[in-house]
Amino acid sequence: MDILSLFITVPVITILFLTFTKNLQQVRIVSLVGMLIQLGMSINLLFAYFKERAVNTDMMVFTKDYVWFESFNIHYAIGVDGISVALLLLTSIVVLAGVFISWKVTDLSKEFFISLIVLATGVFGFFISIDLFTMFIFYEIAVIPMYLLIGIWGSGPKEYSAMKLTLMLMGASAVLLVGILGIYFNSNADGGPLTFNLLEIAQVNIPFEAQKLFFPLTFLGFAVLGALFPFHTWSPDGHASAPTAVSMLHAGVLMKLGGYGIFRVAMYLLPLGAIDWSWFFIILSSFGVIYGALGAIRQNDLKYINAYSSVSHLGMVLVALLMMNKTAWNGAILQSLSHGFMTALFFALIGMIYERTHTRDIHKLGGLLKVMPFISAIYIIAGLANLGLPGFSGFVAEMNIFVGAFENADLFRRVATVAVVSAIVVTAVYILRVVGIMLMGPIKNEEFNDLPASTWYERYGVYLLLIPIAGMGIAPLWLSDMILDSLTPFIARF
Amino acid sequence: MDFTYTILIPLIPLAVFLILGINALKIKENVAGIVGVGGLLASTILSFYTAFQYFFKVGKVDGVYQTFVEKTVWMNFTDTLAIDMGVLIDPISVMMLVVVSTISLMVHLYSRGYMHGDQGFTRFFAYLSLFSFSMYGLVLATNLFQIYIFWELVGVSSFLLIGYYYTKPSAVAASKKAFIVTRFADFGFLMGVLMIGYYTGTFDFMALNNPAALQDLSSPIMQYSGITFMGFSVITTALVLIFAGGAGKSAMFPLHIWLPDAMEGPTPVSALIHAATMVVAGVYLVARLFPMFYFVEDGIALQVVAYVGGFSSLFAALIALTQHDIKRILAFSTMSQIGYMMMALGISGYGGVEGLGFTASMFHLFTHAMFKALLFLGAGSVIHAVHSNVLQEMGGLRKYLPITHITFLIAALAIAGVPPFAGFFSKDEILAAAYESNRLLFWVEWTVAGLTAFYMFRLYFGIFWGKERVYKHTPHESPLSMTLPLMFLAIVSAVAGFVPFSQFVSPDLAGYTTHIHMNIAAMSVGVGVLGIAIAWIMYKKETDIADKISSAFGFLYKWTYNKFYFDEIYLFVTREIIFKRIAQPFAWFDKKIVDGTMNLIGNSTVDISKKIKGAQSGKVQDYAFAFVSGVVIMVMVFIYFMN
Repeated sequence: MDILSLFITVPVITILFLTFTKNLQQVRIVSLVGMLIQLGMSINLLFAYFKERAVNTDMMVFTKDYVWFESFNIHYAIGVDGISVALLLLTSIVVLAGVFISWKVTDLSKEFFISLIVLATGVFGFFISIDLFTMFIFYEIAVIPMYLLIGIWGSGPKEYSAMKLTLMLMGASAVLLVGILGIYFNSNADGGPLTFNLLEIAQVNIPFEAQKLFFPLTFLGFAVLGALFPFHTWSPDGHASAPTAVSMLHAGVLMKLGGYGIFRVAMYLLPLGAIDWSWFFIILSSFGVIYGALGAIRQNDLKYINAYSSVSHLGMVLVALLMMNKTAWNGAILQSLSHGFMTALFFALIGMIYERTHTRDIHKLGGLLKVMPFISAIYIIAGLANLGLPGFSGFVAEMNIFVGAFENADLFRRVATVAVVSAIVVTAVYILRVVGIMLMGPIKNEEFNDLPASTWYERYGVYLLLIPIAGMGIAPLWLSDMILDSLTPFIARF
Repeated sequence: MDFTYTILIPLIPLAVFLILGINALKIKENVAGIVGVGGLLASTILSFYTAFQYFFKVGKVDGVYQTFVEKTVWMNFTDTLAIDMGVLIDPISVMMLVVVSTISLMVHLYSRGYMHGDQGFTRFFAYLSLFSFSMYGLVLATNLFQIYIFWELVGVSSFLLIGYYYTKPSAVAASKKAFIVTRFADFGFLMGVLMIGYYTGTFDFMALNNPAALQDLSSPIMQYSGITFMGFSVITTALVLIFAGGAGKSAMFPLHIWLPDAMEGPTPVSALIHAATMVVAGVYLVARLFPMFYFVEDGIALQVVAYVGGFSSLFAALIALTQHDIKRILAFSTMSQIGYMMMALGISGYGGVEGLGFTASMFHLFTHAMFKALLFLGAGSVIHAVHSNVLQEMGGLRKYLPITHITFLIAALAIAGVPPFAGFFSKDEILAAAYESNRLLFWVEWTVAGLTAFYMFRLYFGIFWGKERVYKHTPHESPLSMTLPLMFLAIVSAVAGFVPFSQFVSPDLAGYTTHIHMNIAAMSVGVGVLGIAIAWIMYKKETDIADKISSAFGFLYKWTYNKFYFDEIYLFVTREIIFKRIAQPFAWFDKKIVDGTMNLIGNSTVDISKKIKGAQSGKVQDYAFAFVSGVVIMVMVFIYFMN
């Protein structure tokens, strides 16, 4: 078995084992061991990648190719570059943290963990695929369990939220499929066989007219998942109803598929279309940055605040992708990673607070720093990281985005850049608002004094997410250079 | 000379912060105190050693002080643009090291007494260490991005320390306000940094501060300076934006509103951060980029600095006249004195004696740090004794607090510019520099000197003289851990003026000799003594002169007492306009329009399918009817078109 296929084999084996488990304890152990192996493999892959990169200058390394569906030339083709290696690491960390945080799920726990790991399998498969069709299938595998996870284990108006989320993402998939098929049917400009392979399609020149037609479809198909304004409305409701681990995985990992897909598929394969359409999507996404941040100011539910904050931060990813230079792209990838860790951490903490106080309304909470010092202190750190404080990952990512965006000297992109940079102020407002109302101040409710302290599994989950946030922020050089290096084939297309 | 070891100066407090911060709930008070003070003592020794090595061992080479840079790449943006981390050793950074170390060490020592018995003692020392780390990093920065990074970190330390008493709503509000206002200013700073990076291709101070390159419009860093934005070169615009960041941190008008509220923090914090070190970071930033400010477009950006500084110093001094909270009086006084420093930088020239404004500004930064920290620590000692911040609840304390009284008096004399105390020398240089280059600003600052002497002695007489109040407990002198720093700083405040500062610090690094400017000294001492005399008459004994005057100037009094209503203006803008008129409609728009549209699409799909599903009734006659009518319609259409 090759080093990459293991990334989908191990979760599948874990799921198989899970179906035979008899009690809660076994479910936990099996999930934990499976995902620990997964994390170990990601770290191993990182070192293997550095070693391989030193001798191999191909765009994708560790490539494997098996024919899967011959009549349509569909392959199971896999390979990674620096970008996917980083995102695989993100995914395995967030999934493992999710398992820790879900330690207390006792309701249909076997089914819950199976759905969770199915979702993760889809994500892992998506990041290693270089065949458009296989990629699309993995994408669907990741999206569908979401419906069950929210609909069954969720809270509040869960059926409504689950339906809304699934319908919007499915609608987007339909658009995306048209885009992918459009690319497929234009992949033989020189009269050869049609192909879904990304690297092969990149060799042919898709006619400009086709690029112009299919870029917006592919972009939109992915961008709905990346919470592009005005298609973000599934995300606040979805997150609010989802159980903690699902919110973590969804915001931390699944939404990253959007930006990754846009970059890997839409922009890499359809560069002329991207240049032609960039102005339109820059307007939408930079507006989304401000819109999400302002939206977060007026929310009172912690999960809504975080969901709108995600709209803002992921808007930055989209803006940066459309700014068409390596620095901004590097920022976009770093922001994806950074936001993945931070938002997962936020949702984990929100889950802990909710579990203890049974409310997510910040006005009903107050003075939590006094009663749950660990959770509150981490919340403040996560908040500071989220508002782009140096020393944390968000700063590194945002600075790359800002510097990269500023490289475009035309007035339109300057205005967009200034708008995006101004979000640092609004972000500070909504973060400090929550910190001020919820964590500081006098204790609102006397009952809070008896709340239990954080447990070991909660602490492990939190540390697991906090370490990469601080690590990226303190020593960004190796990671940012690894990604920067992988961007060269992309910039050559523009 | 190898100055690589200076990297330890910031790293030691960082290590202390991590140790104390991670174990904040476990480490006991006395251990935390020893670790905190010990760490800072090590940094202080290294700082003084560096200063000694730099000024006396290395000294001048070919008549100028050398600049030493040690750095490494932290992150690459492009092949040519990167963020470096490192240390830059030159006269102003060494001077700042000395200032930060001295004040920080004194505050650490003082806090052991002041914070004794506080539940969060360890947390407090962790925050102090975090601040010291950030401030050292800021001072030693080698490039604009590094300074921005540490700039944000001092901002967050300030936020944490202002909100130290986090169960107090006013402290929470103040910490939030401080962070957001300075963050708003930092938005300008960041835009300026981005512009500098884009148009000059570097963030590095050594490359940017090269006078020859700055005067040559075809040099790499000036090649795009011809591009204009609103009539000014983009470089000038960038500098003004960077100054906006500095003005935010240094509480210059109109971004000053956070500083008085920041007094909610524990008093040692006010002394360290909001009087002596962090708030002068803006001054340091302008001084750091002084060659750029001076040479780009003949110093237009520098004019902005001068007038903002001059106006702020007058504005703050007027407000300080009428305040009741002793810490707030000191806060406005700080703002006023920083205005002095900014103004002095703004009117300074570059070479030789021309650079007097620059030297004077740095000199005043140095002396002000000493006596202002002393004033705050003294105020802390008073508050410690009477458990109140309000001037009206104090009086006649000189008997109970003898050491605090004498040290406070020395500091007040120093800030009032009475010879031979430190403030006299630095203020004299500032006024002399202003007299040479800008008479308007000279007279403004001369007036401010009089106002300063007056409000300072109003404070002094109000606390230590006047009528004795009824105190709950008999006030008693603070413990030695608190009075020792007071005595040390008092000695420094008394003698620091005799340091031949112009020999060490000048814009062109060459140094020069200055002397007392007798005419100007006479004028400034005159107005200072006048201010003191008026305060003597009004406040030394309980009189009703003050009340008479304040009621005579009722509306003026009210305006200054309410700080010219700037808080209200800001509150109106943020609450009424940004929250209610912008954020609220956005939330509504999102809920009703965007989300509504999506729901509408979903619901109408359901509705349509409900209608359509009626067609699939399963009855053969319905299908037959549809089929026949379809054929009939098609035939009719066909016939119509055939004709």
